[in-house]
Parts: sequence; C-alpha cells; structure tokens
Amino acid sequence: MSKKIATREAYGEALQQLGRENPDVVALDADLAKSTKTFDFGKIFPERFFDMGVAEQNMLGTAAGLATAGKIPFCSSFAVFASGRAFEQVRNSVAYSALNVKIGASHAGITVGEDGGSHQSVEDIALMRVLPNMTVFVPADAVETAGAVRAAAAINGPVYIRLGRAGVPVLHGADFQFAPGKAVVLREGLDATIIATGIMVAAALEAADYLAVKGIKAGVLDIHTIKPLDIEAITKVARETGALVTAEEHSIIGGLGGAVAEALAENCPVPMKRVGIMDKFGVSGTPDELLEKYGLTPGSIAKAVEEVVTKKR
Amino acid sequence: MGEIELLKGKAKEIRKNIIKMLGEAGSGHPGGSLSAADIVTVLYYHELRLDPGRPDWPDRDRFVLSKGHAAPVLYAALAGRGFFPEAELMTLRKLDSRLQGHPDMRKVPGVEMSTGSLGQGLSAANGMALAGRLDKRNYRVYALLGDGELDEGMVWEAAMASAHYKLDNLTAFVDHNGLQIDGPITEVMSPEPVSDKWRAFGWHVLDIDGHDIKQIIDALDEAKTVKGKPTMIVAKTVKGKGVSFMENQVGWHGVAPKPGEVEKALAELDAD
Repeated sequence: MSKKIATREAYGEALQQLGRENPDVVALDADLAKSTKTFDFGKIFPERFFDMGVAEQNMLGTAAGLATAGKIPFCSSFAVFASGRAFEQVRNSVAYSALNVKIGASHAGITVGEDGGSHQSVEDIALMRVLPNMTVFVPADAVETAGAVRAAAAINGPVYIRLGRAGVPVLHGADFQFAPGKAVVLREGLDATIIATGIMVAAALEAADYLAVKGIKAGVLDIHTIKPLDIEAITKVARETGALVTAEEHSIIGGLGGAVAEALAENCPVPMKRVGIMDKFGVSGTPDELLEKYGLTPGSIAKAVEEVVTKKR
Repeated sequence: MGEIELLKGKAKEIRKNIIKMLGEAGSGHPGGSLSAADIVTVLYYHELRLDPGRPDWPDRDRFVLSKGHAAPVLYAALAGRGFFPEAELMTLRKLDSRLQGHPDMRKVPGVEMSTGSLGQGLSAANGMALAGRLDKRNYRVYALLGDGELDEGMVWEAAMASAHYKLDNLTAFVDHNGLQIDGPITEVMSPEPVSDKWRAFGWHVLDIDGHDIKQIIDALDEAKTVKGKPTMIVAKTVKGKGVSFMENQVGWHGVAPKPGEVEKALAELDAD
C-alpha cells in the first residue's frame, strides 16, 4: 500500500493552497496550530492568521464576526473542543445565522491515541449533523480532504470537516472529483454493502477483500459527506444488496450509523449492523491498539457483514 | 434646539416604542431595554455611520447588541432610522414576524449579528473589527454588553483578544444597571469591580452616567482618539429607566407591561 498521509496534513496543505487563491480566506486556531497544521498557513499569511489562544468559544465567535464582513474563516482545534467546548457558539453564533464559517476539526476519534479519552472525540459527528444549516464532511484520505476543503470554501455557509491525527492510506487517484453530498461507490456488492466514513473506508475495503475470499460479495460505499446525506445512494445499495453494515470511528449513536438507520427505516428497511464505538469513551493507547480494542478493524466489519447476511429474508 | 435636546427627544420616542411593542407582544424584556435606551439613541442618531437604504454597505459602522434580550431598544432605533417601517414594531415576537424575541441578522435589515445567547457578542465584534483592519476600511465597531452578561466566561476570552489584537476600532459599553434576573448582580454573581477588570484586561476604560447624553457623546469621542487599545465605556444606568414603577425593579427584567401599565408608562414618559 502507498504511503500513509494523515488527513490533518492534507488539510494544512489544502488550506495554504486556498489561501494563495483567495485573499478572503483567513485561519484561526486555538493554540494547536502545529497539531492541526494551520501553522504553515500562518507563516505564509501572517496577517490572515489569528491564534486565539486556548479559547475555542471566542475563536468561533470571532470567526462569525469575520464572516459577516465577507471573510471565509477556517477555525481549527481538536474535534472534541471545536465541536464540544464551542458547541453553543457554533449553534448560535454560526449555524443559526448560516454564517460562512468553516471548522477544520483534527484529532477526531480514538486514533488520537495516547492522549486518552478526554481528547478522543466520539460524538462530534452527532453534535454537528444535528445543527440546521451545517454541512458535515468526513474525508477518508488526503485526496478527499483536499476536495473537502475546496468544497467547503465554495459553500456559502457553515461546514464541519472532521480530520484525523494518524496517517491513513491514500485511496483515490489525483483525478478524483470530490462532489459534496455524493457517496462514492468504491466497490459494487451483491450480498451486502459496507457503508463507511473517514478512516474506516480503508478498513471497509480490506474487509470486502477478505469477504470475497469467503465467497461473500460485499460492496463498499464511501460516505465523505454525512450531511447532506446521500439517501438516494444508500437506498439504492440497500435495495440491491439487501443488507448493510456501517463503519465509523465514532459512537454508533448519532453518527453515520445513526444517520443511515434513519434513512433506511423511512426508505428501504433492510437488516443492518453498526460498527463503531459502543457508547463508550476512549482510553490511552496506540492508535492500532485502540482500533483493535474498540473493534474498528477489517475483521470486525467482516464479522458484522457475515452476521447481517444471515438475517436477510 | 440643540443636538442634546433632540437626542433626548429621540430617546423618549424609543422608550415609548419599547413600552408599546412589549405591551402588544405580551412578553419580553423592558428593564434592560430601557436602561440601554440613551446609549442606543446616541449610537443610532449621533454616532454610527449608516445608510438605512444600504444595510450591507461595506463601510458602515457596526453595532452588536450582545445583550440580545434588549432587542426592543434595537428594533425601535432601527425603525426610527428607517431600516424598516415603524408599524412593524407591533409584530414583535409574533409568528412570522421578522422581529424575533432576540435579534436575527438574517431577518432584520440593520441587525449586524444574531444575539440572545449571552456572552457571544463581543467575540463577533472583534471579528468585525479584525476584518475592517484586514480590508483597510475605516469603519468602527460598537458593542453593548449587560453587566449580568459579564458572568459568562467567553466575555473575558473576547476581552483578552480585543486587547491582544489592539482593536482601537472597537468601542464597547457595559450597561451597568446592577440587576440580573435572579437579583442584584452583587448578590447573584458579582462582576465587581467592573471597570478595574476591563482595565486589567488591557482596555481603555471610561466611567460615565449612561443616561447623560453629553457624557455618552464625550466618551465616544474620546474612544476615537485612543490608539492601540479598545475602549470600554462602563455606563452606570438604572434598569427600567424612565418608567417609575419599573426603575430598579428586578421583576421588570423579563415581564411585559399589561394594558393599564402601558398607559401609565406612556403617560409618565410624555410628562417627562
């Protein structure tokens, strides 16, 4: 497999490129610029970079004010703080007025690793997708991240981009076109479909390979946009393959699994299982150890597919 | 008639409209709307560079009502300046009205920021001031905070940032009326000493009588001469100012006057 790149790295580079193209793009950080990778934007465009210190609420409120004056602010912090600490600022100062504020939230999920549960956001997708006017992107690799950043800048309204700390495989070629709100069929299925988001897309592909050896033909649908959700694509694979497994580095409550279950129940109910974090907080450990501990592996996904296939009518 | 007398007349009109629209709405916040009436009057009829015909004029001055529950005073001023018809004031808080219980920038021309959740307005004002500096526009940004609102931690995050970024294009007020919903601020959660706190945070601080039109104008003038620092005008005010039975009464924070009380209040304001 090719070299791994963390989506936060790709975010930092995409932001610099955007800064070169659009003078209205500004970046704000909350004393984590070296980790969220906005630091280099600040070096290139010092007058357009605002370190707000360890004050996420003020960062989001300031971004709202900048947006009212035509700026396109990208706010960055760890996902747990950007979505959680500043939730009510995102709600009332940003989303309520549909202001043009972008949130690049890094270190999402348990692959933060050793910092432990206090820093591992397992609920941010749920928090952000419930807000009216909000778009939620969860890119799976560096290519999708670059596309998501560009798409975010083109959308006139609030956008949340969920990014990871750890390196992930590059899944797409350079010619990949990121289309907001459009699921990507990475593999056609027959017996079941794995619907995955973020770093679990690569794991879903591995699971599909493993299942193929056992004679189960599982499709893989990559959901890089949680909101607006591509209900049409989800309904289509539900109808065609008759069983679904969702996979996400997030609580099984309220994230991708929740969103897909809502869409299925109304449109095309089929047997489904959610692979994700089972209503628990994380702990310290290496990213790989944690993925194993919490069952976010190709093996867990494959097992879920095998189970769900037996429930098909 | 001198300008100060004219402004006093405008403040009276605004107070009367506050009472009328709250009476019609049957709910809302008279106390903190009346305490801020003189400050808001001076801002909208003397200080702010505005064009009601062009609410999105890029070079306009900006005003953020951080204590968004005082929406009636802002709506009365905006209607008075012609941002929307004065008759619309009577739709306050009603279904499908643009005049939401707390200001919504997407609905009302002239409202610069949606507020209502306390503590968030100064951050937005900072963002506007930073944008003005980036774009080399010489507009000024104004904000009005409540003294109860100073309990919110985010206010102090913003206070630190305004001074850190040397936002001398920003002037803010504290409407220091001394009362919050649960009682006197010194009993509920004291923000005192208010002026010393802002000074310690790196602001240029002025203490004035928030009902003295001349003092408000002079403070705003001084703020414009200050370089490298934002200015905070701590305005001592009376909650419910202008309506005797509302003045300094905690109970009038968030209760609308009944029809008889509306008549009495309007008669008092007219007699003054």
